[in-house]
Amino acid sequence: MAQRNVNHAGQVSPAELHSEDHGHPDMEEMRKFGFWIYLMTDIIIFGTLFATYIVLKGNTNGGPGPADLFQIGGIIVSTFILLISSYTSGLAVLAMHKGNRQALMRWLGVTALLGAAFIAMEVNEFIHLVGEGATLSTSAFLSAFYTLVGTHGLHVLVGLVWMIAIIIQLGKHGITPVTKRKVHIISLFWHFLDVVWIFVFTIVYLMGVS
Amino acid sequence: MWEKVKSFASEFFVTGDPMIYGADVSIVLVTLAIIVGLSYFKKWGWLWREWLTTVDHKKIGIMYIIASFIMLFRGGVDALLMRAQLAMPNMEFLAADHYNQVFTTHGVIMILFMAMPFMFGLFNVIVPLQIGARDVAYPFLNALSFWLFFSGAMLFNLSFVIGGSPDAGWLAYPPYSGLMHNPGVGQDFYIWGIQISGIGSLMTGINFIVTILKMRAPGMKLMKMPMFPWSVLSSCIAIIFSFPILTATLALLFLDRYAGAHFFTLDGGGNPMMYINLIWMWGHPEVYIIVLPAFGIFSEIVSTFAKKKLFGYKSMVFAMIIISVLSFLVWAHHFFTMGSGADVNAFFALTTMLIAIPTGVKVFNWLFTMFRGKITFETPMLWTIGFIPCFVTGGMTGVLLSVAPADFQFHNSYFLVAHFHHVIIGGVVFGYFAGLYYWWPKLFGFKLNERIGKWAFWLWNIGFYLCFMPQYVLGLMGMTRRVYTYGWDKGWWEMNLVSTIGAGFMGIAFLFQIWQIIYSVKHLKKDETGDPWNGRTLEWSIPSPAPLYNFATLPQVSDQDEWWEEKQRRANGQQVPAKPVLEPIHMPKNSGIPIVMSMCWFLAGFGFVFHWQWLTIPGLIGVVACMLVHSFNYNNDYYIPVDEITRTESELRKVTS
Amino acid sequence: MAQHETAHEESHGSLKTYSIGFLCSIVLTIIPIAIVLGGWFDGMVSKVVLMGAAALQFIVQLIFFMHLREEQKPRYNLMALILGIVILLIIVVGSMWIMLYNMVAV
Repeated sequence: MAQRNVNHAGQVSPAELHSEDHGHPDMEEMRKFGFWIYLMTDIIIFGTLFATYIVLKGNTNGGPGPADLFQIGGIIVSTFILLISSYTSGLAVLAMHKGNRQALMRWLGVTALLGAAFIAMEVNEFIHLVGEGATLSTSAFLSAFYTLVGTHGLHVLVGLVWMIAIIIQLGKHGITPVTKRKVHIISLFWHFLDVVWIFVFTIVYLMGVS
Repeated sequence: MWEKVKSFASEFFVTGDPMIYGADVSIVLVTLAIIVGLSYFKKWGWLWREWLTTVDHKKIGIMYIIASFIMLFRGGVDALLMRAQLAMPNMEFLAADHYNQVFTTHGVIMILFMAMPFMFGLFNVIVPLQIGARDVAYPFLNALSFWLFFSGAMLFNLSFVIGGSPDAGWLAYPPYSGLMHNPGVGQDFYIWGIQISGIGSLMTGINFIVTILKMRAPGMKLMKMPMFPWSVLSSCIAIIFSFPILTATLALLFLDRYAGAHFFTLDGGGNPMMYINLIWMWGHPEVYIIVLPAFGIFSEIVSTFAKKKLFGYKSMVFAMIIISVLSFLVWAHHFFTMGSGADVNAFFALTTMLIAIPTGVKVFNWLFTMFRGKITFETPMLWTIGFIPCFVTGGMTGVLLSVAPADFQFHNSYFLVAHFHHVIIGGVVFGYFAGLYYWWPKLFGFKLNERIGKWAFWLWNIGFYLCFMPQYVLGLMGMTRRVYTYGWDKGWWEMNLVSTIGAGFMGIAFLFQIWQIIYSVKHLKKDETGDPWNGRTLEWSIPSPAPLYNFATLPQVSDQDEWWEEKQRRANGQQVPAKPVLEPIHMPKNSGIPIVMSMCWFLAGFGFVFHWQWLTIPGLIGVVACMLVHSFNYNNDYYIPVDEITRTESELRKVTS
Repeated sequence: MAQHETAHEESHGSLKTYSIGFLCSIVLTIIPIAIVLGGWFDGMVSKVVLMGAAALQFIVQLIFFMHLREEQKPRYNLMALILGIVILLIIVVGSMWIMLYNMVAV
């Protein structure tokens, strides 16, 4: 192993420096990629819950079924709220690329408010259902329903807290590579939750009442 | 008041069994000894700075491996207890309910708290070194994964002395694991122990996928990557797609137990078979998750000790990726007998037979790599050679089991028990041992003693065949798994006795391995070269143990076995290209958040187990607070200055040259 | 690692693409609602159309909001997504097949 010392203080050609530079992965890009992989795992979690819902939805145990319970009007409103919030989180990213911090924080704020409205409506729906006597332990169908919809709601709630944390960080640090990456990730998360909701809306609610 | 405390304590602590009192005493003594020792030698600060808060992948890897050895001991003791109970007919060594707990904890610990951390330990220590990276993609997350695993394992093991162990088998099938039939806290310990460590496993999977895809040294194209990182990649692909299923399924089971839901209950419209369907969607990929890295290890070892390039590199890569995807298409073969109908059973029987093909391809690749190689038989190679016949026979019995109609006979008999121990011990355990012996010098800078290692190897192998070959016969004779005793009239006692003797051999073999480590530390012969096996891949190009930053300058890769080719080039007198000048190296700072956050998870989990909201809620708040603190911390990296690198390198090189 | 700006600033869509995506999603949400409330189709046809609309909307969001098309090679994001969807379908369709359509006992 004696040779190893030889090259230690050697000269460097520019070409090698260049290739060395390629060895540095772009940290922020890498973190975004990791988050994408995380989203794939979340797809699987929701997939498992969807599978459970579909298998168990016929088992109403003599209790109310989907058509008896769901009030589609409120659900349609909350669907559009979430759709619009997905659009506004996109507008936030656009504002960020224009370097407009005020607009960025404003659009994120609007998105968070819409998210809060969505959660409020969901909580309201659950309270209404429980009032009707349809609880988690009424039947396998309702267990699966509350778990699937509630898991989505929990994700929205987490996204909400996270978004507020990012707004505060933007106020503190401005638009830096780090905050940029964080905005990218939260908006990706938000679009993802919108997509999951589309399937919840279609499979649970629309197919439930049709 | 006193009465209240007494009645609480008699339920809270497990009582009535002398073995458990013994465990209580030894736990207290060991904990005291550790605390006193650390205080006496004033090592608390050192422990905190160097280990508990570290984000260095090499140290995290070592901690994983130590933890897995402790778990191997516990799981092994469980196994010996079971074999002792079954050694003769009508034994009264373990009561029926105690036996149930023992086989449950044995299975859970061996798969989730022994094999998984052992595997993650090897990932951590070796993958960044082999791909020429300075760390994993997310060092903070890596530390968090370890501490989550650790908290989960502690929570699970706590059930031995507090509250009572789970007893519904390693996969906790409902309805027996449901509240109606299992009202104690054991199953909740099971759920939260696995759940917390499972989150850690999932994050490790993400971490290593990104590390391997994005952090390879310049010039190392995917098809020039060593085989071990390939196996890690395919294993991690299976992790990220299967562990979420486990998380969701256990969450549903917990809702059944905690909140009165009706997913898997017998009443309320629940369907226990749905649990079995879901858990095996994770459970089957899981066995491939743990065995794929072992395949990678064998590939490295075979080509190093045969001094040949790996035969059929591309087919090996292809086989591994195929296995990791195909492993998601075979799960129903675990419940052929549930009555899904002929077309379901036929489909899953076919996919199961299909998955044996890529595995067979690999065996031929290893054999052809050895063919006409100048093989030397050091311990890593011995384990590899021991593995091949063992895994092939184990795999063959698996193909027998995959025939759905025949499975109605074999199902849940000792034939099955023998089969999965055959592939898991022969494949996974032998593989990780081989990897540990192979990379030990890289980890610690010295080789393990070969003579004691060979004793351990032979004892393990003899013990293994003595233990499990009779179990195939017992299965065919009608002995079903999980029976805690049997009568003289069955005619099973000879085979069972032989099997128990074999298990004893394996226990002794484990002691030999511990002795081997102690002996090698005492008679330490420092490896000065950094390359004791005449290795082929990049981890052998740096001193052992590797410095904090691994590579002072990142290597430029042009060949598949880069270090081997580099040595050839030097031997041929080709001019070595000058290395670029040193630059300051960007490193992550240590962080106490992972361990604190994991402790919060532990408390929350403990609260969930005992329905103590006063503990659950603060625990969960602590978890969220830790996340926010981490998110708001923008000061989490630093640079190692050039003169410090120069100093470290010259010290290391002084030793190596 | 060194903080160096990538020379080619990756594109992130424009107000126009976001708005097109948004409009598409609105339309693709209204169609299924109309189908269900108007009772246009029933049974299997309705289910297929509803799932089709949801899948289309998923693709719209992927392209216009998540900018999946603009990924640089090698396209690991796309590969991971495809594999994820395959496994997702295995889980859902496999469970339905095993649990709903094949029970000898039921």
